[in-house]
Amino acid sequence: MTRMEKSATFSRRALLKTGGAFVVSIGTTISFDAVLAANDALALGTRPPVVPNELSSYIAVNSDGSVSAFFGKTDMAQGLYTAIGQIVAEELDVPVQSVKVFMGDTATSVNQGGASGSTGIQDGGKQMRMAAAEGRRVLVEMAAEKLGLAADQLTVTDGVVHAKDDSAKMVSYATLIGGRYFNVQLDWNGKIGNPLYAPGKAKPKDPKDHKVVGQPIKRADVAPKVFCQQDYVVDVKVPGMVHGRVIRPPIAGAAPVKVDESSVKDIPGAKVVLEKRFLGVIADSEWGAIQAARKLKVEWSSANPPFPDQAALYDHIRAAPVRKREVEGKEVGNVDDAFKTAARVIEAEYEWPFQSHSSMGPGCGVVAINGDQVTVWTGSPKPHFCRDGVAAILGVSPDKVHGVSMWGAGAYGRNDAGDACIEAAVLARAVGKPVRVQYMRDQGTGWDPKGPASIHRARAAIDASGAVVAYEYTSKGFSRIDVDTNESHPWDTIGGQLLDVPLQSGDGFGVPAESYAFDNKRTAWETIAPLLDRASPLRTAHLRDPVGPQIHFASESFMDEVAAALKMDPVEFRLRYVKDPRDIAVIKAAAEKAGWQTRPSPRRDQSGETLSGRGIAYCQRGPTRVAIVAEVDIDRASGKVWGRKFTVAHDCGQIINPDGLKYTIEGNVIHGMSRTLFEEVKFDNKAVTSVDWQTYPILDIAETPAQIDVVLINHPEIPPSGAGEPSSRPMAAAIANAIFDATGVRMRRVPFSPDKVKSALF
Amino acid sequence: MNQKFSLNVNGTVHAVEADADMPLLYALRNDIGLNNPHFGCGLAQCGACTVHLDGQPTRSCVTPLSAVGNSKIVTLSGLGTPEKPHPLQTAYVEEQVPQCGYCINGWIMTAAAFLRDKKKPTDAEIRTALAGLKCRCGTHMSILRAVKRAAAMMG
Repeated sequence: MTRMEKSATFSRRALLKTGGAFVVSIGTTISFDAVLAANDALALGTRPPVVPNELSSYIAVNSDGSVSAFFGKTDMAQGLYTAIGQIVAEELDVPVQSVKVFMGDTATSVNQGGASGSTGIQDGGKQMRMAAAEGRRVLVEMAAEKLGLAADQLTVTDGVVHAKDDSAKMVSYATLIGGRYFNVQLDWNGKIGNPLYAPGKAKPKDPKDHKVVGQPIKRADVAPKVFCQQDYVVDVKVPGMVHGRVIRPPIAGAAPVKVDESSVKDIPGAKVVLEKRFLGVIADSEWGAIQAARKLKVEWSSANPPFPDQAALYDHIRAAPVRKREVEGKEVGNVDDAFKTAARVIEAEYEWPFQSHSSMGPGCGVVAINGDQVTVWTGSPKPHFCRDGVAAILGVSPDKVHGVSMWGAGAYGRNDAGDACIEAAVLARAVGKPVRVQYMRDQGTGWDPKGPASIHRARAAIDASGAVVAYEYTSKGFSRIDVDTNESHPWDTIGGQLLDVPLQSGDGFGVPAESYAFDNKRTAWETIAPLLDRASPLRTAHLRDPVGPQIHFASESFMDEVAAALKMDPVEFRLRYVKDPRDIAVIKAAAEKAGWQTRPSPRRDQSGETLSGRGIAYCQRGPTRVAIVAEVDIDRASGKVWGRKFTVAHDCGQIINPDGLKYTIEGNVIHGMSRTLFEEVKFDNKAVTSVDWQTYPILDIAETPAQIDVVLINHPEIPPSGAGEPSSRPMAAAIANAIFDATGVRMRRVPFSPDKVKSALF
Repeated sequence: MNQKFSLNVNGTVHAVEADADMPLLYALRNDIGLNNPHFGCGLAQCGACTVHLDGQPTRSCVTPLSAVGNSKIVTLSGLGTPEKPHPLQTAYVEEQVPQCGYCINGWIMTAAAFLRDKKKPTDAEIRTALAGLKCRCGTHMSILRAVKRAAAMMG
């Protein structure tokens, strides 16, 4: 945990000192200047240490009555900032406009896990709700004492506590505590990250009394971006800062053995940093650093090309020794016996490629080392873990490192944003100056952590009556935690691995999340070793809904295959076997909104040049449920697939902000469609060859659906669960099932590129 | 070899001394201190660095300073302000378009030139005009809604 200086006058100056005494010459920012401003407003009191069991670590009332909420997660720009503000405003009974949320700064917030696993509202919001409720309880008790009334005779309106029967008997939050910190202990569960939970004595409001939660309040971060008032991590400029670039080998795994520094001697300020396998350059200007990285003459060690032929990838996965196997959940019945007596067995296998985050901007980080104080400006989704990683690579205590959270260029999992900070730290230590590193595009695409490639086998046993009596499903692939979900350990970062910290590859995959009730059922996963165990451009980690799209592409395509084999309508088939009432509700809602016509697939009634079809897929993700109906058009001549219309039924419990949720779902649909139709990391024996937007194509606006209909199922009585990822999960299967409906062709390998669809059609 | 350049950016002339081969993007960001054009690819493949050169959407990441000449450069921050917004900026706020927002220069600067020259465009014309620009957050539906809203505002 970060320990704040226990200064009696905690001020801008103190925070700057904590932050390394650097003046940062960036424009108006929410994430840095506003934190300073907030602390100015709070400067009257001594802030208790920022630890999970202090109420002041989450909530403060400023002297003007406005509220600061300190949140240890970050908003990946899907409206979390606004949603958290709504939750805090609701529980405190203050106007939502008076709440400012300070996100992810390690000096002002505890580690709530950063952006992770669609838990921003589910876990982060839960904690902020409890903290705000406790704040209200404490303030009402203070008011009761001051007004000489019992607490149960009081209520709160817009930050003013008053008697229920006489609003003249009143005292404001500002008067009670404005500008001073709470000194209230919470009941912390001892965990940090996503599971951190520290409630007080207060009970939060009954959802039926909610006035602010559930409203379509507009996002606060939009206008500053539209009017160029929002700085990003790439915009941070520190006095004395130089620019760094890293240099990657032409053959993955090769090490630099000799560099010719004279090849960059004409570039102002150019210096080479070579430590073990890490190779980088710095220069006075950014253009200079780019030129130096390009011009530096490097001799690389001869390395054996580490990768199989791309065409042999899935054979490699099939043949590779299983490193870990896990049957998740309990086997239902006896699957092996059930298959022995089956009247009919249906089997299929599916394949999913490596995919890249390819964030809009390649990873960027700025690190300044000033004596024993370090500051990292980061666009990492998980700034607290980034702080820990910078501390570890520099060999200093985490409380000497201040992680400043900045907007990054989009992140949906473990992209390259944190890695850039680790490498900036290595360069900053080497040259004794603040260093800004931004990767180049070929590094952002070619060298970011990848979503794992995998194969998936499914089989179903059918009895003589045509009922499914047994189901077995197994995924086999690269681990989703070959490198972990964050950059806190050097072995999980490319910079650390280049400095010879051995990889500690973890094993993780998953099983389908659904409620099909078959009498005999077993779902399992198997992981295999990485292709290269050091600084691999194909190291695998979390990419939006880690392995969810892979697993459910196969499982929900397979359910469609079984339905088709039994000549059943795909919706009817699901409703026959799916048992969870909320699952049934999303399936019915999507089908109804889409105007689903009951009939088996495929259609077999089309003769024109454009073949149209519809498909459904559904899944759970944690407590969230999603069903999607895809309607596609396929150009028979070219094999090109257009996802013309999608209907999404979505149930994530209580809805905090319906507009934010709708936009989030639309983003998921587009990202899911892009991954299904276009995205595949290409490689040869030596290296990844997907290095830009030509070699790693994504969905273009010309391919955007004509329509996305979203049906939001609100359950105010059910705690809110995640929405940042679930609706990307069933996209691939919904599209594959629609292609089958249109053409009778079953696509079992992603992406469904025109050449693959065309060759399947003829 | 550094040379002296005089760059007219958002109506103000700036003296910049830099390598003639250096792309305009770095002069705007680092020498002039305008943060709004972003580095996305350096290959003219994504649009995050787009500015107007004499009204034409131009990828500043591949435009060397030597090619800028006396062109008038306008960046997103020169297109409009909160007090006097461009219709696209108004529409972007209304439609809550950007998520991370890193790509925003490409879409707005390209659409601004398109809508200036083309009144009442169809959906297909908008898609064609914006083809090739990248957005990784998947805000494409909102982008299309905002461009249509701005087109209506611009008559």
